[in-house]
Amino acid sequence: MTYQEKKSIVSIVAAILITGLYSAFKYAHYPAEELDAEALYHYWGAFVLVLLLVSILAHIVISIVFNIVFRVTTREKEPGFADELDKLIELKSNRNGFFVFILGFLLAMVSLVLNKPISNMFIILITAGFLSDITGSATKLYHYRKGV
Amino acid sequence: MGKTLVGNHIRKLRFNHNEMTQQQLADKVGVTRQTIVALEKGNYSPSLELAFRFAQVFELPLEEIFYYGKHIESP
Repeated sequence: MTYQEKKSIVSIVAAILITGLYSAFKYAHYPAEELDAEALYHYWGAFVLVLLLVSILAHIVISIVFNIVFRVTTREKEPGFADELDKLIELKSNRNGFFVFILGFLLAMVSLVLNKPISNMFIILITAGFLSDITGSATKLYHYRKGV
Repeated sequence: MGKTLVGNHIRKLRFNHNEMTQQQLADKVGVTRQTIVALEKGNYSPSLELAFRFAQVFELPLEEIFYYGKHIESP
């Protein structure tokens, strides 16, 4: 298995773990009482911002650890640059990831139009962000294994 | 996806050039080793620029490195 394939698998696992653990943590701390609109927006705003921050930091740490483990176990250096194949696969993974997020964004707007609770819109948006991340990494994995 | 219509003789040419490794060839043409792997497996068609870089390294015309569609090996 190549460096890029392993990296894509690590990205998928990391995304699932980070989002899963953080969501479980926030779910446990969800206020039991009914929130007014202002508190609700504050809760979800903080949820998204902290998730973004935690996600970026965790991805950096996981990437560093992965590179160290890769070097130690395979005695091979990770590719130091992105060539034309890497760039093509990156473009395809971005396209698929964005497509999933746009779909989620539209669904979130539909939930507003249908007068569903505001929490639904945020949950759909967060899920779309998560699925878009997974789709991007899965697309990379697919193309590195099967070709472009 | 998968196998492309553009095939190549890169694997054979590498061995005819002092058993050049995939990494050595990758360094010469300016790609990663994984791209050479993908090319040899037929999972990727190179850009025209990359194809010309292979031609330079092997000092052969393009059609002796790459072929289009089905190819019958000469005996």
